[in-house]
Amino acid sequence: MSIRVEHELHTRRRGRNLGIGLMLGAFVLLVMVLTFVKITNIDFNNLPGGAIQTQESK
Amino acid sequence: MADTSTTTSGDYEAQLGDYFALLKPRVMQLVVFTALVGMLAAPVSVHPVVAFASILFVAIGAGASGALNMWWDADIDAIMRRTAGRPIPSGRVQPGEALAIGVALSGLSVMMLGLAANLLAAGMLLFTILFYAVFYSMWLKRATPQNIVIGGAAGAFPPVIGWIIATGSFSVEAWLMFALIFMWTPPHFWALALFMRNDYDDAKVPMLTVTHGRPSTRRHILAYTVLLVILAIGTGFTSIGGPIYLATAVVLNALFLIGAVRIWKRNEDDSEADNFLVERKFFRLSLWYLFLHFGAILAEATLRPYGFGGWS
Repeated sequence: MSIRVEHELHTRRRGRNLGIGLMLGAFVLLVMVLTFVKITNIDFNNLPGGAIQTQESK
Repeated sequence: MADTSTTTSGDYEAQLGDYFALLKPRVMQLVVFTALVGMLAAPVSVHPVVAFASILFVAIGAGASGALNMWWDADIDAIMRRTAGRPIPSGRVQPGEALAIGVALSGLSVMMLGLAANLLAAGMLLFTILFYAVFYSMWLKRATPQNIVIGGAAGAFPPVIGWIIATGSFSVEAWLMFALIFMWTPPHFWALALFMRNDYDDAKVPMLTVTHGRPSTRRHILAYTVLLVILAIGTGFTSIGGPIYLATAVVLNALFLIGAVRIWKRNEDDSEADNFLVERKFFRLSLWYLFLHFGAILAEATLRPYGFGGWS
């Protein structure tokens, strides 16, 4: 029996699968942007356990 | 959870919209709006991306608790006309799918809110989901006519979560917003119970209309409305209030009180004669009531940086 590339189930569930795919993509993008924002907004001089001493602050 | 009958043929393929309907989108709108107002009314600004992500995860958490509620209540949803078309009783989504979606989205939303905002906000979201899905749906709703009164707290937590997202702590202002929704919920749902008539009787849900009778429900609506009016107008003199809020609250509360008095003065014959016109109007007004009160709090908070909002 040959493998059918397009099974009937794929057609029936196309809308649902596309929707879930788009949502997962959007979630990944959101986590990426959120991570970027969190990292770029960290005040490294006010971290718990003492400030990081940079050349300028010494 | 009892067995549910299905009305859709077995080969029906659930679409994305059916799963989305499990999340109670209309309730989510209210949750998003009140949480957003809670966050923006707080005296601490939040980065737009963090704010967007946090509100999104609060909305997902609310949707997850809605899915869990639909899973548990599928048997009574099938009996009540208002809820018979929901995804599970209509056979479009299997109960097991709703449970899986509810549990998965609960975990995801709490975890992600903890990462996006703070652990207190995430803890509060978890508490809200458990309060609604377990305490209210699984026990309170079928156990006591006070179900709506106590269970109303679940719908009142979103502005508190919003406030915590911004500040990382609780405050009196956040609890005032909580109290506004908490006191609004009983008259809102009891008006619905009055004109949905036999729905709750048929489903054997101990709503006040079923356990204490309809005249008693009318008296309760008036009593809770009087308390709500005092609270809503009093809030106008606090730090989240201001002239815009107070003007809005005075008008809305006058209309709401008039509606409650009219409901109290009517009997069943009057209501049957005009198909519960006054009760339906009161219910519609209650939706505007909450939306406009929170809209006014938002207006005060938005104008404050420009020197217009609030009393100062």
